Order: sequence, then structure tokens, then C-alpha cells
Amino acid sequence: MKLSWFNKKTPTYPDFWNDYLDCFNDTKKGDIQNTRFIALDTETTGFNIKEDRILSIGAVSFIEKKIQVNNSLELYLEQDIFKPETVEIHGLMKKGLLEKVTELEAIKLFLSYIKNAVLIAHHANFDKNMINEMLLRHGLDELKNEFIDTGILYKKSKHIIYQSTLKPISLDDLSKELNVPLVDRHTATGDALITALVFLKILARLDKRKHLKWDYLLNK
Amino acid sequence: MKNSIADRVFDFLKKYPPFNLLKNDDLLEISKQVSIIYLEKGDTVFKKGDDFNTDFYLVRNGAVTLFHTNSNNEQEVLNICDAGDVFGVRPLITKENYKLTATANEESIIYAVPIDIFQTVTSDNASVYKYLITAFATNAYDPYTAEETGKIFVDYLPHTSQDMVNFQSANYTKRPITCNIDSTLKDAAIKMSTHKIGCIIVTNEHEYPMGIITNSDIKNKIATGLFPIETSVSYIMSSPVITAKKGLTVADGQLQMIKHNIGHLCITKDGTANSRLIGVLTHHDILVSLGNNPSVILKAIKRAKRTRKLRTARLKANNLLKSYLEQNIPLSHIIKIISQINDTVTAQAIVIALKKMPTPPPVSFSWMAIGSQGRKEQLLFTDQDNAIVFNDVSESKYKETQDYFLKLAKLVTKSLNKIGFEYCEADMMASNPEWCKSLSEWKLQFKDWILNPDEKAILLSSIFFDYSHVYGDEKLIDDLSDSIFENLNKTLSFIKFLGIEAVKSPSPLGFFKQFLVEQDGEQKDLFNIKSRAMMPLIDAARLLILNNKIKGINNTSERYEKLAEIDPNNKELYESCSYAFKALLKFKTKQGILLNNSGKFIELKTLTKEEQLKLRRCFKPIHEIQESLKLRFDLKNFI
Repeated sequence: MKLSWFNKKTPTYPDFWNDYLDCFNDTKKGDIQNTRFIALDTETTGFNIKEDRILSIGAVSFIEKKIQVNNSLELYLEQDIFKPETVEIHGLMKKGLLEKVTELEAIKLFLSYIKNAVLIAHHANFDKNMINEMLLRHGLDELKNEFIDTGILYKKSKHIIYQSTLKPISLDDLSKELNVPLVDRHTATGDALITALVFLKILARLDKRKHLKWDYLLNK
Repeated sequence: MKNSIADRVFDFLKKYPPFNLLKNDDLLEISKQVSIIYLEKGDTVFKKGDDFNTDFYLVRNGAVTLFHTNSNNEQEVLNICDAGDVFGVRPLITKENYKLTATANEESIIYAVPIDIFQTVTSDNASVYKYLITAFATNAYDPYTAEETGKIFVDYLPHTSQDMVNFQSANYTKRPITCNIDSTLKDAAIKMSTHKIGCIIVTNEHEYPMGIITNSDIKNKIATGLFPIETSVSYIMSSPVITAKKGLTVADGQLQMIKHNIGHLCITKDGTANSRLIGVLTHHDILVSLGNNPSVILKAIKRAKRTRKLRTARLKANNLLKSYLEQNIPLSHIIKIISQINDTVTAQAIVIALKKMPTPPPVSFSWMAIGSQGRKEQLLFTDQDNAIVFNDVSESKYKETQDYFLKLAKLVTKSLNKIGFEYCEADMMASNPEWCKSLSEWKLQFKDWILNPDEKAILLSSIFFDYSHVYGDEKLIDDLSDSIFENLNKTLSFIKFLGIEAVKSPSPLGFFKQFLVEQDGEQKDLFNIKSRAMMPLIDAARLLILNNKIKGINNTSERYEKLAEIDPNNKELYESCSYAFKALLKFKTKQGILLNNSGKFIELKTLTKEEQLKLRRCFKPIHEIQESLKLRFDLKNFI
């Protein structure tokens, strides 16, 4: 007897989405050392998941401790929704001089870039929700990748004595704390690089015996 | 597609040679292909003998140490590359394996520049190549890179840093004190005593050196009554003298002394005894040049105006430590010298930091070393643990004053980190507002720990109760100690808590008398000498010394010696604890030197049978002192 949900008609997805899903066929997790990580950041028109839109996505990838500059992603999206008040922060004009892509094009490029890498972001939930919302708008499903939040990870890395008094920490403060050079703050790629370095520095501070494990990193 | 990161790499590269010689388009092309590598302290970029990589490197943040492996297979620091320095360029010039080892000296970020792209872009840029080659050859461009690749271009480059000193020309004493050959020994002795010197050169009327008289000549020939004191110096002096030309190297000087078994060389105008005397080179001068001498290192530290100089001086101290251990010099002596050097380094780092501050300190303060540095047991580079206590100010001024000292502490901890003392991972540093407070606040803090002991308080007190003064106003710390003892009189429970802590970790030997080793993780099967053997001794000593209200003695072995003095009944136990502790510290230090880490974990396999036995012997006093604490403070019911 077959269970009913096996018979449910699955929606037909475009090829690029199926290609993306294929990346997850091998479910076995490898060593942390050999895993491809991608640190990413999005710049948006605001903080409302439903209404606001992604203006740009920046991402850098690394394996072990080596970040390859020529293997980074920097996407600027064409927008209909545009709020003049947020321009001040990230300086992305609606019709700027930058080469822009449509949302769908951005999704294709983004998915083929990230594949099954473990994604890292500061306050990751926001970026994750923004991206998922964008995928759903285009009739796709949510991201399948594992996420690591540098904000949460940092808090866990601190000495137990100080943990209780720690407040959520901004990427700016965290970079200062960990002595990461702050360049290109508030461009998606710049923040992605900062997030990558922050992540590597936190990893170096963790107790190698106890904490360098997936369960700990992925906050399970 | 736009690549913002490449733009930032570009911005950094173009500030440094040889990249500043490239055209912007070319440099941007290189910037796009760079990899950014993050290094933890101790991570190795390449090792001696490794096949050449496809990249060469530039330090972006932090520092990378280049090691040379000498003929005895020992690692010697050739130099340390800071931000902007290029290293690993050998493959760029010649396709040979690496001759050096590059290891991160601290947490660092480096750029890896692909050689093929660099070469394609620069192939028609003759000026870059000419620059690179002439620069490497003449040392003009970057001493680090020059040393690494130098052998290709110059005939001889010293192999080791020690060699480099050896081939410097020796610094001799100019215008030495002399006496004429006609004078009596009494005259000569008077001259020696007025000038406070240990030897005098006897010259003839042309100022040619004829002989030399040293303290031992006077002792052996006059004081014994062999010759009367009015004897002419010509009968007493050692003659002829060994002479040399000026400009001789340290190594040559040393060789001459060994060959002739003498301690003094006369430097003359043409290098023979038949010319005018211009100076004397003593054995002491040689030692000073070699720098294997604590007073020389201390002097260098006190003169250092920049952190980089302090780092060099502190690295020399590590060599000193190594040779002391090899020579089996008593550990209590080694501890004294190294902790003096550590304290002086810290004090000098504070002096340098104070100069950087816009104003002098608003009130007096004291910089305290806490934890192992406070106990003066820090022989190797370990974490920095420190705190500041400053004099009381009015409430309205408090924030401002604290901010000043926090800023100062930030500067100091940063330069200590640069020197090689890691930041404390638990942030027990003066740059943390919790540990940078006024005297009254500190008194309250200690009072709170003593009167309301809980687990956190005990954990912290094991670090903070071992404070010692390093720089500033010592009176503040004295005052603090008095207040602590006052509070200790009010309660017994704090001492009890400390006692529980001290007896908590059981004997390091298991039931079958085997070593208890770590069960899992990276340190599996290693023996943790610090937590299993040293901490119980440290904790017990602190407890007993606090209970006896003795202030100012922080060193664990000295604490036991003091206890032996005031409690003769248990003299034997305390003395064995003191001995055991010193032996354990020596084990740990040797292991640390061997592995270039803190030496906490000992691989038992590497110990000889004899060493294992010795280590085991140290454990007996641990057990005995724990048993005695249990009885004395009635701890049985608490554990």
C-alpha cells in the first residue's frame, strides 16, 4: 500500500531548480575542513519580509581557510519597489550605473553559485527569509541549505561567565571586537567578506575538542 | 561583473612594493585572482622542503614568522613579516623547494597572489623585475624577503641569526686604562681600583702593549705573598699579550680567546704587539654582543621605544631560557630572571603606551599581573592576564577616569599581543571594564567574592588572588591586600570553598598507578600536566598562604618555602611540594619549548623511563597536601 502523499501531484519546477535540488542528493556531511562555506549578505529596501525587496546579494565562498576573490558573487537586482529613504545606507539607486539583473535571473545565478554549500550570515534568519520569500514569489520552494548565524555562534563562543550579559551584537561591533578590517561596510559583498572573516575568527576561538562539530555550529 | 572585493584588495596592494610599480589595470587583474587566507596562530603556510606553491604571499593583517632550520634541525626565527611584507617569493625567482618555514605568529590574514598571473602581467614590465632582482640582491627593499632569497644573489649570507651576530665586528672598549712598564704593582692596583676595572694593560713608552695584569694575577701573585707589593709590574704581568686589529668579528674574537685560553684581547693599530694600543676586547664584551645575557636583554627592553623592539628582546629571552634549561640551572633562578624580563617587558609596553596617550594619567594607578604571570610562573609565552586598579576619584569623574585607563589598557594589551602574549580567551584583561576599576571598587569586588562565594567567585578568585604589582603605584595594591585580609577575617566559608576547589581534582595517577590521560578530542592520550598536577599544588598554596595572612608572596614554590618556615611541623611536606612544583614547571616548560606551545599537554611516549618516574614522584606530595587540607579544613563532608 502506498501512502497517499506519494501520489500527490508534485508541482513541476524549472530545470535550474531541479539542478539545485540535485546538489543535495548526497546527504552525508563531510568534514568541516573540506566543506564549502558561503558567507552572504543581502541589501534590501527595508525589513518587511513581505513588502520589501532584495536590492543586492553578495557572497564569498571558502574551503578550509582560503577565500577566493574570483569566486565571489555580486548581484544587483532590478527593482520595482524602491524606497528613497534607504538609499542613504547602501547607495543603490534604482537606475544606477551598475549592471543589473532581473529577480529571476538573480535566483538562477544565486542557486547555481551556492549549490549545497553551508550558508553563513550575520542575523541569518533575516537573509534566509528574504531569499525564501523571493523564491516563493517565483513559484519555487524554500532554500535547502544549512545556515549558520555568526551572531548566535559568537555568543556561544564566549566564556560562560559573560554569556548571560551579552546582548545581540551588530556586525560592526563584532568586527571591531574580532579585529576584522571594516572595509566596504554596507555593500552586500563587503559585508559578506566581513562575515566570512568573522566566522573564521570565531571558529579559531572555539574549543577544538568540544565545539568544532556540526551540531554545535548549526545550533541544533 | 563588478567585484567589490577585488577593488579592496587592489586598494591595499597598490600601497606596497612591488605592486605600486604596476599599472592600475594590471594590478586590478591580479587583485581579482588573489585568494584571501585566514591563519590561526601557528598555522603553517609552507614548510622547508615543501614543493613550491603556485602563489606567493603578502601579509594583510597580523604577522607571519619565517623560520630557518639549522644544521641541528632546530627552528630559528629569521624574521617576522608584518602587514605589507611579501614572503614566499622563492618560486617567483627560481623553481626550487622552499628553504624556510612560514608560520602565523598571531592570527593573520594573508593574500595569496598567483605567480603565473603576476608573471604574465609583469612580463613586459622590465622595471618590476629589475626592481625585484636588484632589491633582493641589495637588501634595499625588504630585509625579510632579501634574507629568504638572498642566497641566489649574494655569495654569503649568514645561516642563522646567531651567525649574524658572530660576523658583526666586535664592540671593544676604546681608550683602555693602562700603566707604564716602570710602575709598581701598587700603582697599577690603585689605578684599577679607582677606575673599578678588573684588568689593566701594561704599555711601554710608545704605548705598545707589553702585558696585562688582572685581578687574579694580584690575587695569585701578591696576596699569596709570592711577590711584595712594591714589585715592578713587569714581573707580575702576563706577557706577551694577544693582539688583534680593529674590526675583528665577534666570532674571531671568541675564537682567539678560546685558542689562547685568555679573557682579553688587545686591539692595536696594525694588529701586532709592535704598534699603539687602541682598545681592549674582553670576554664580557663578547657576551654582550651575543646577547645571551639577562642584563643585556633587560637593558635592551628598557631602551625599547617601539613594540617591535620589545618583541625582539623577548624572543632573545626565549633563547636564554632554552640554554638555561639545557645547562640545568636551578629553576628558581630561571623563574626569577624570566619573570623579571616579563615584568620589564610589560612595564616598558606601558611606558610606550603612556607616551601615546594624549594626557598623563588623571590619577595614580597600578598595573597588576594576575594568574600565572602574577605568580611569576610564566616562563613561556602564554595568555596575558592583567588588571588595573586606579586611585579613587569623585563619582562625577569616575566614568571619564575609567575610560582613560581602558584606552591605555587597550594599547598595552595590543602591544603585549604583538610581542607574543596571547589575548586571554576569557578576557581577564585590564581592557575589560570589569577588570579596570578604582581601588574602592576593587575592594568591593574582592569583598563580594569573599563574603558571597559561589562557583563563579571561586573560579575568578583562583586568578585574581594571585595578583602582583608590575607598574605604577604599588601602594594601591598594598592597600587592596590589607582590605582583603580584613574581609577574610570575617568569614570561614570562603577558605572552605577554596579548599574544596584544591582537593577537587584527584591524584593524577589512576587505580593501577597509570597516568590519567585525556579521554577524547585533539588531546586524546595526552597527559594534562597543568590541570592534573600543577593546579592542585597552586590552589593549595594559595589557600594556605591566604589563611596565614601572608601578602606579597605569589610564586607557588616560594609560598611553600614560606609555609615550611612558619609551620616547622609540616616542613617536609611543604618542601616536597615546593620541589615537586618546580619539577613540574620544568617539565611543562621543556615540553612547551619542544612543541612551541604552552606545554600543557605531555605525550607520555616521548618521556624516557627515568622522566616518567620523576614525574610520578612529583605526584606523591599532591596527594599528601590534599589529604592534609581535607583534615585541616574539615572538607570531608563537602566532597
